[in-house]
This record gives sequence, structure tokens and C-alpha cells, in this order.
Amino acid sequence: MTPNPERNNSLLLQPSRPVGIVGYGVYIPRYRLPATEVSKQWTGGAGGVPIKEKAVPGLDEDTATIAIEAARNALARAGLAGRDLRAIWVGSESHPYAVKPTSTIVAEAIDAVPLLQAGDWEFACKAGTEAIIAAVGLVGSGMADYAMGIGADTAQGRPGDALEYTAAAGGAALIIGPAHEALARFEGSLSYVTDTPDFWRRPGAEYPSHGMRFTGDPAYFEHVVTAGRLLMEQMNRTAADYRYVILHQPNVKFPSRAAKMLGFKPEQVETGLLSGVIGNTYSGASLVGLTAVLDEAQPGDRILVVSFGSGAGSDAISLEVTEKIEERRHLAPTTKQYIDRRVVIDYATYLRFRGKIKMK
Amino acid sequence: MHIARNWRIKKQRYSLHGEICHHCGAHVFPPRDVCPECAKPAYDPAQLSGLGEVYSFTTVYNAPEGFQTQAPYPLALIKLEEGPMLTAQLTDVDPDRVEIGMEVEMVTRKLSVEGDEGLINYGYKFRPRMAA
Repeated sequence: MTPNPERNNSLLLQPSRPVGIVGYGVYIPRYRLPATEVSKQWTGGAGGVPIKEKAVPGLDEDTATIAIEAARNALARAGLAGRDLRAIWVGSESHPYAVKPTSTIVAEAIDAVPLLQAGDWEFACKAGTEAIIAAVGLVGSGMADYAMGIGADTAQGRPGDALEYTAAAGGAALIIGPAHEALARFEGSLSYVTDTPDFWRRPGAEYPSHGMRFTGDPAYFEHVVTAGRLLMEQMNRTAADYRYVILHQPNVKFPSRAAKMLGFKPEQVETGLLSGVIGNTYSGASLVGLTAVLDEAQPGDRILVVSFGSGAGSDAISLEVTEKIEERRHLAPTTKQYIDRRVVIDYATYLRFRGKIKMK
Repeated sequence: MHIARNWRIKKQRYSLHGEICHHCGAHVFPPRDVCPECAKPAYDPAQLSGLGEVYSFTTVYNAPEGFQTQAPYPLALIKLEEGPMLTAQLTDVDPDRVEIGMEVEMVTRKLSVEGDEGLINYGYKFRPRMAA
């Protein structure tokens, strides 16, 4: 879709220069904690669990290492070198340092230094898509040809808390570039943001707090459904115009229900709904779902992505897959390959991997 | 704390930056002043592919400071496709699954962490190869 200068009052974000995704890459750690391991400890195994299992980072993994591998995979698919990038922006709520950027570690590891923009973004689970939209702006303005946005997390869940079942690790990187090089063209985005205190973590606090049931209707559903609905209205589209939809996925139930509220059918949702088998990868969640869809999508398919970050806000992004997808998707490991190399761990191993066993 | 030392070798640590000798064509890792093959003082920067195989290995149970929390872990001699041999930790593999000749690829991981307030040191490890 070409930008229309008469629509200055549009709620849509559309760059003056057409852009798209020229490369994408994912990383998911190999370890899996079954939800039944958590329920066994804290509920005696009684009651239901929100997902089957979640991805857990190994002892030598963090948001930086996840971002580095996702970034390398994205460069491989794009056929670019690190030095071609003019920006690397990493969105996460689990940056390894409170002060010292993750983005420079990634930039150094993929040889993108020193002449580029680099910075870390934080907006709970929406930081990754915010970074992507900033990259769309940078490339879409003509200031750069290629910019990388990454969403990656090693999410924290307090032992015994509801989030312990789902708080997972993983990430994805997208390289935004000119539309004529894209494997998926960026059609437009719309963001919906309010001050809604559904989930937070204060400085120095090891674990986040949340508003229990408040995280549902006023937070997740209000933002995801409104952003998705307004984007489709602004583009004169309906759910039927999209082959795939990917919504932020803190569990399986929320995105399934929100997709239904937006008019989507289960077959449009299932390819990009991975939380049941990898958990909630926070800033990675909607983007990792997008990588699974890009691994399968055909030229001409339209994709709707709606992220959600607590605090709260959603970015809705509309994409159209191009014929370039065919030649690029096999240039790096697929999302399914990462999901399939699973190694199940027990709760004690999980405590050790996540540093919850205090040695002194 | 070895801030300057770690900073100086970050390129080789993060992404296997090596050298190629323009006298004899040998790949060199880690970078050094003299080519180990022809002993001439000539080298140019060269990026290594990160692909190699396990030449030999062991399992470390009594780990040095900074690595204790990871033990037991496999440590291997890796023969890179370009020729150089290096020592590195293996990751994403069970120690009893490691074997000589196993095809591996480089990944960048946390090598060590300097307590609760110090630096996190990143660098190369190797894991069983994933097909792209």
C-alpha cells in the first residue's frame, strides 16, 4: 500500500518511503519446564495449567545472547553484514545490566560497530515492537537503509506466582529495509497506549508484581483489541483480509479470545500462537510468533501482528508477504527447529538455571 | 576485574575474529604477531566461519573461579574448518553425548560473571550444529 499524502489525519503510521522486513531471525533456548512441574510444587498438582511448557534459558544465556543469535539469523536471511545496519535497538524487560546497553553487545558481536544508532528499549512486553516501529521510521524517512529491531527476554516469575508457569525466554530480530527488498512489506501500524497499572517491577525488585484479574479486560483486551480493530478500520480491512494473526501471548487463552473478538478464526491464529509450547517470551512473544508465520507464509498473504505491553499499550502492525520469502526463509534455522530441540528439565534444575538457589 | 584485557580481545571472543597469513594463506586464531605455520610477521584480519568439529574433550567438575556454578560442563578442543584448533566450552549438549568428530558451531554465550555487581563476560562456545 503506498502512502497517501491526503491522509495526514489518519491514525495509521505509514512512512513516506515504503519499507518492509528484509530479514528475520529467532532464538529460543532448548530447555523446557513443563507447567506440571510448577503445579506439583505449589498446588499439589491440582488444578489446571495455562500452558504445556515454557522455554528456560541455560546457565550461559541471557537477553544479550538470545538477541545475538536472533540477530545473526536475521542477517543471514537478509544477506546483509552487520556494518550495513544503521541502528540496533533491543527491546526487553530483562536487559542483563540496569546500566550498560544490551544493544552495543549485540552490535559488537555481529560486527555492526561503530557507526550506528544503538539503544535499549523498555515497555514491558511491547518494547520489541516499539523498536521495530522506530526502525520503520528511520528507514521510512530515508535516514537509513537498514535498521534492526529486536524483542528478547528472559522473563522473571516469582516462585509460586501465576506467572511462574509462563514467564519464558526467547527473542526475535527483524531487519527493516526498503520495500523493494522486503520479504514482507510494511503496510501500516497503529499504536494504542494508556497509563494502566496491570504489571510492574520497581528498580532493584527481583520479581514483578501484577494486578491479578486486572491484567485482563482493562489491560490486555482493551489495548490489543482496540489497536487491532482500529488498524483494520483505518485500512478498510476485516479479519477476512488476513491469512494470519499474531497477538501478544501471555498464555493461550488471552490471545485466542482476543482474536475471536477481532473476528479471526482459529486457523488464522494457530501458526503464530506458540505460548502453549514455549511460554510467554515477553518482548519476544508477538515477534517470535511472527517468525513462525513467516516460516510458512506464501507471497500475497497478509499478516496482522498486535503486541501488548503492560503499563500499557499495543502496537498493531499490518504486513504483506512478498515473493522474496521463498528464497530467504531457509537461510537460517526455522522457529520450529528451535522449538523441536527441546530438553525437558525438572523444577530443581529450573531453580538452578534461573539463579534461584542462593549459594551465599 | 580484567576490564581492559577483556575489552581488548572482545572481537575474537564474541565472534571468532582471526587472521589470515598473507605469506602462506594459513588461518590464525587467536590473532597474534607471528604466523604459527610459516613464522613470518604477516597477518590480515579474517572472520572465521565458526564451524568445526570436536577433536578431543573432557568434562570439568572442579571448575576455576567464575565458572563453578556451571560445573560439570564439557570442555573441548575444537578443530575449525579453516584449520586452527582452539579450546572452548561446549554448550546445549549433555556431557555424555559429546563425541570426537561431533560437528559443532560457534555461539556467543556468557562465559563468566564477576559476582553480583561486576561485569558479565561474553564469548564463544560451541554447540552441536543446527541445520539452517
